[in-house]
Amino acid sequence: MTRITELPVEERVLPGNRACAGCGLGIGLRAVAKALEGRAVLTVPASCLTVLGGMYPVTSVQMPWVNCAFPSTAAVATGIAAGLRATGRGEELTVLAMAGDGGTGDIGIQALSGAAERNDDLIYLCYDNEAYMNTGTQRSGSTPVGARTTTTWTGKRENPKDVPRIMEAHRVPYVAVTSAAFPTDVYDKVAKARSMRGLRYLHMHTSCPSGWGFDPALSVRLGKAAVECGIVILYEVEHGAFRLTGRSAALAKAGGALKPVDEYLAAQSRFRGLDAQAKAAIQAWVDERWTEALERHARGK
Amino acid sequence: MTVRILTGNESAAWGARLARVQVVAAYPITPQSPVVETISAWVQAGELPAEFIAVESEHSAMSVCIGASTAGARTFTATSSNGLAYMTEQIWWAAGARLPIVMCVANRSLAAPWNVLNDQQDSMSVRDAGWIQLHCRDNQEILDTVVQAYRIAERLNLPVMVCYDGFLLSHTAMPVEVPTPEAVDAFLPPRPAPLQVIDPADPRNIGPVVIADRRRDAGGVLRGGYMELRAAHHEALLSALDVVAETADEWERSTGRSTGGLVVQHRLDDAEVVLVAAGSLVTQLTLVADGLRDRGVAVGVLGIRCYRPFPVEALRERLSGVRAALVFDKALSYGYAGPIAADLRAALYGVDGAPAVYGAVCGLGGREVTPEALTDAALSALADARAGVRERAVAWVGRLSEEVSR
Ligand SMILES: Cc1ncc(C[n+]2csc(CCOP(=O)(O)OP(=O)(O)O)c2C)c(N)n1
Ligand code: SF4
Ligand SMILES: [Mg+2]
Repeated sequence: MTRITELPVEERVLPGNRACAGCGLGIGLRAVAKALEGRAVLTVPASCLTVLGGMYPVTSVQMPWVNCAFPSTAAVATGIAAGLRATGRGEELTVLAMAGDGGTGDIGIQALSGAAERNDDLIYLCYDNEAYMNTGTQRSGSTPVGARTTTTWTGKRENPKDVPRIMEAHRVPYVAVTSAAFPTDVYDKVAKARSMRGLRYLHMHTSCPSGWGFDPALSVRLGKAAVECGIVILYEVEHGAFRLTGRSAALAKAGGALKPVDEYLAAQSRFRGLDAQAKAAIQAWVDERWTEALERHARGK
Repeated sequence: MTVRILTGNESAAWGARLARVQVVAAYPITPQSPVVETISAWVQAGELPAEFIAVESEHSAMSVCIGASTAGARTFTATSSNGLAYMTEQIWWAAGARLPIVMCVANRSLAAPWNVLNDQQDSMSVRDAGWIQLHCRDNQEILDTVVQAYRIAERLNLPVMVCYDGFLLSHTAMPVEVPTPEAVDAFLPPRPAPLQVIDPADPRNIGPVVIADRRRDAGGVLRGGYMELRAAHHEALLSALDVVAETADEWERSTGRSTGGLVVQHRLDDAEVVLVAAGSLVTQLTLVADGLRDRGVAVGVLGIRCYRPFPVEALRERLSGVRAALVFDKALSYGYAGPIAADLRAALYGVDGAPAVYGAVCGLGGREVTPEALTDAALSALADARAGVRERAVAWVGRLSEEVSR
């Protein structure tokens, strides 16, 4: 595993961009860009990432970047990859589609599923801030149960959909879950994905102070807490082989005990007013998924 | 040059093949499907060195074209009806992004209710999106127009929609002269570099948020806002009037075949009434006009080949001194009028000596358009014109009346 001091020093995501203070997406994108060493073209739909990228005629990201319509990310990326091949530039650049959780698991899932079924040659990275943030924190399919959003005023009633598992079901060569709170985990997974061909799917958890309601200074701490309580599990599935990685692997190795979810929930205003029963339901959901992950880790698939 | 017996769909596929398209993405829908089936067979047989991507929706078909065209490839797709409606978001994107994509539309009605047959409601419903829209009279024109479309699109960085009537042309076989690849290569050079290049050495943010106001770039240069980009797009579309006409002339010089530039005309001399339409109806109307001329009735035909940009000057010029123009639309702006009729009326408004413009709707959902019905419509227009009638309600040609209940 790459150590933080070993990451390339060159920055392609410039400071002073339009993301909120403490945005986990900005932190994650820095690591993604380092792993790609500028040899990539991004495909970006409407999202907070568009805002981070900047408004014409200036941009904050020093990599070729193609904006696209909200539902179209995977298909536009497929087109860019095909277009580069057709014009003799297929080996020059990695095509990276990068979209939010709404742009991936909700409105963009048709295009993504199509690209995955065809095993198109691109990396698709979903950054998951667990709601439609760009439009003002409305619920998405990735919003956790209990979270208040501007369309779930009393807390969302449903558990989030498991998009990485949906991608696994397509049997693409690589599926990984990572977190921007662990930049080296992000870096290693993007670097590995970059060395492979076909459709590679990464799911990156990104903490969102504005949408979740917490102090921006605590963004990394909160992202880490999500992994330590098992809300987010870091893993990769490479050609069907499953393994936990990074902090989640360390937790498994130390006996598999997780922190209770309470502290993580209490740190965010979106979970305010959850009663004991609701918290117990979230804990049960976490425990079930963690048990399953530990079993898969042990089995290696 | 060889003569082949081709359907309209095969003619479209041949046009794309001769244009040496590099990326094709498409999704099946009647009556367009044979276009992409044909191309996919050629790609699989190694006869056409292109990337063929069998996408999972029309939205993605246009998305793939957008991506590939942004990367610099020559791209092609085809669709019809609900497929076109489904990709509408991306039709606007392709135009606003100024990508020279060429798409064939085998014109078909829109649901609900389901109906797979011909009218032109589909392409008419996206006429405002900023594409060049060309309509074909027969299968030869389909092939010729697809090749010309790339020339036009790549000169102006605008997408071009090549429309032809579903079934009436798409599934009807007729002799088509297929030019040699060498002849087409001489006419159509490889695609020039795109407006904005994907280049890690000079990374660009392509298609970002553009605000209402002007803004300075990193070098301090003032750049336009959204309105300036849209104005430039509009001006490019207007300049297409010249480019479409020039390209048709060049094609005629290189192949000896006239496809018409902006409009096609038939027996306009001294015409009292001129019949106006787009697509295969134009071919039909020339026969109707010939029949009426034989009876001593001075009727001419004006076919609209280029519907967007709308050839205002060409229409004004051809129609000056005519008593009435009778426009046959295979589409309707519900609650108002047929789209071509409404556009023509606007184009002629305030012009001295302009004809009265009468609108007729016909052929919706594949309703048969008979020569008799067209002839009757022309004669009634003539009678009204002679009586000095300026305004008429939309006439329904071929609509069944009393004995049918809804
Ligand atoms: C077709 C369409 N529907 C709706 C929108 C409005 N919209 C823009 S961004 C967005 C939410 C994006 O959410 P997500 O993908 O999770 O990214 P985030 O903003 O959270 O980073 C929505 C609903 C749109 N641009 N296009
Ligand atoms: S709303 Fe959240 S995800 Fe969006 S820029 Fe702000 S902190 Fe980042
Ligand atoms: Mg989101």
